[in-house]
Amino acid sequence: MTTPPLLQVRSLTKHFRLPGGWLSGGARYVYAVDGVDFEIAAGEVLGLVGESGCGKTTLGRMVLRLIEPTDGQVVFDGRDLIALKKNDMRRMRQQMQVVFQNPLSSLSPRFKVEQIVAEPLITHRMLPKKQIRGRVLELLEQVGLGRQHLDRFPHEISGGQCQRVAVARALAVNPKLLVLDEPTSALDVSVQAQIINLLEDLKKAHGLTYLFISHDLNIVQHISDRIGVMYLGKLVEMGPSEAVFNQPLHPYTQALFGAIPLPVVDSGRQLTILEGNVPSPVNPPSGCRFHTRCPLAQEICKHDQPESQQVLPGRFVSCYFVGTNS
Amino acid sequence: MSALLEVRDLYLEFKTSRGRLKALNGITFDVQPGEVFGLVGETGCGKTVTGLSVLRLLPRSATITGGQVLFEGTDLLGLSRSRIESLRGSKIAMIFQDPSTSLNPVFSIGAQIQRVVRQHMQVTKQQALEKTRTVLTAVGLPDVTRILGSYPHQLSGGMQQRVMIAMALSCSPRLLIADEPTTSLDVTIQAQILNLLRELQKKFDVSVIMITHNLGVIAQTCDRLAVLYGGRVAESGLVRDIFNHPQHPYTRGLMNAIPRPDGRGKKMATIPGTVPSNPGALIGCAFAPRCEFAMDRCHVETPALFPVGQNHSNACFLAEPKP
Repeated sequence: MTTPPLLQVRSLTKHFRLPGGWLSGGARYVYAVDGVDFEIAAGEVLGLVGESGCGKTTLGRMVLRLIEPTDGQVVFDGRDLIALKKNDMRRMRQQMQVVFQNPLSSLSPRFKVEQIVAEPLITHRMLPKKQIRGRVLELLEQVGLGRQHLDRFPHEISGGQCQRVAVARALAVNPKLLVLDEPTSALDVSVQAQIINLLEDLKKAHGLTYLFISHDLNIVQHISDRIGVMYLGKLVEMGPSEAVFNQPLHPYTQALFGAIPLPVVDSGRQLTILEGNVPSPVNPPSGCRFHTRCPLAQEICKHDQPESQQVLPGRFVSCYFVGTNS
Repeated sequence: MSALLEVRDLYLEFKTSRGRLKALNGITFDVQPGEVFGLVGETGCGKTVTGLSVLRLLPRSATITGGQVLFEGTDLLGLSRSRIESLRGSKIAMIFQDPSTSLNPVFSIGAQIQRVVRQHMQVTKQQALEKTRTVLTAVGLPDVTRILGSYPHQLSGGMQQRVMIAMALSCSPRLLIADEPTTSLDVTIQAQILNLLRELQKKFDVSVIMITHNLGVIAQTCDRLAVLYGGRVAESGLVRDIFNHPQHPYTRGLMNAIPRPDGRGKKMATIPGTVPSNPGALIGCAFAPRCEFAMDRCHVETPALFPVGQNHSNACFLAEPKP
């Protein structure tokens, strides 16, 4: 028997209600995430990519129940998180932690590094007071910082170091799953690579599982075992990282990957130009949400939503024209 | 051919509460007519300040302490305020990273562009409107009549950036400075804007300075580039030469730090340490503290830009011609 996945997400949905009610003619909703299914095996890295407004951040937060889903299930280690009471959920968060995009706004400006990293240990009553400093030092060492950083405030250290502190804080409670929401987007290229290496080392050392959310396809492709591509609240393609990157199947994935400017010259490569803008998630297109910009769109795409189907081993695509035989 | 813009040995410092911050420490480069020139570097390397210096749009805390900015032979740094103001928007135009904060929220798109046109050109209201329509069409905006009456918040980020480009090109400038023009946009919209810029650059025969931290954008759009580090040019040359044969240790580090499709499972190459926050305070080469090839003299002397090939130069003692 295969081991059950560490995290299972089933038809997860979030509709945010917009302000305004009966005066403006009925409630309106942002269809941020609409019926997303995926699972992550223990020790795996799943990358989620998509453009702004596709719902990837909302999805990441729902997994941790930082945002309450409208519908659907999140099963972590065999337990349905959505059914948990507040206190049980808090205890559960020991096992799942998060690192956000901008370390300067996710770290309290009035806490020193030592307090920041110690806080989860105190909140979850993990260690007697006397042992906390030792553990903080151990954690800082793991992320490449040292004793000299204990007394610093976040604004006194660089962005890359702040992100290391955020990772140390996340690791403090020995989690199984880390949700990494654009952890390198605010960093310079030379520092970004340092953080990616750190995350890969920590994963090996602690047997961690990552949900890695980013709009930077190169980074996602580097770190992930599998990739999920989102468009307007839907998962349009999912599969092994290398296969999706080398041979994207969904027309949106193809356009997205083709639009990345690569740091290579004389390749004769032209950027793929996808016409038009991403439609608003308040009023998403009927049928397949990509049909308004899709080069393959036919009549059926306007009315019916394509189901996600396995077209090659391990590869799932939601498109009528990416068939099993084509 | 004489250069359209020549920046020579530009020095600039900021007054801060913690003393002087030397942001530019001798920047030198030139832009030829009709070319796209890239300025690339990480946070704090001075790329944005260099762009702003050309138009003298600097904040009060900044002082240019040395150097020249020659535009068609005239030193812009010596011009009177009214002379430089008449150049801004007419001969030299600029677009910024975030179009939503660059456009005025309380005026319609049509009013904003017409104002620029009437400021710089001797035209009637009717002619200004015609000109506005022409440039909005040229940047590929659909339904120009509706756009004319729209306000910035009614347009998407990509459309706002198209409006900014239209406004910048409305008076047929000779030079367009584009400061991170696609950084706040999504990848698919970025591709649209980059293609548009390249297309219009040829059509309007305008030179472009493309300021970005993204090496992919440089490779896709520029003819030549300068890699900046610590307020100095580390390496400059043709895009083809620099991407295929990077010379300066910093350029090489930067190129290697980009994840590539064939690098899966391998360690990513990194540059140890972080960018200096006050590079002018360092003695010697600003990159020396992070450089694996640093020699004793790198910590004491500042290397000049040594020629390493046709049109290619490298500010590193490793490239110094042997006597």
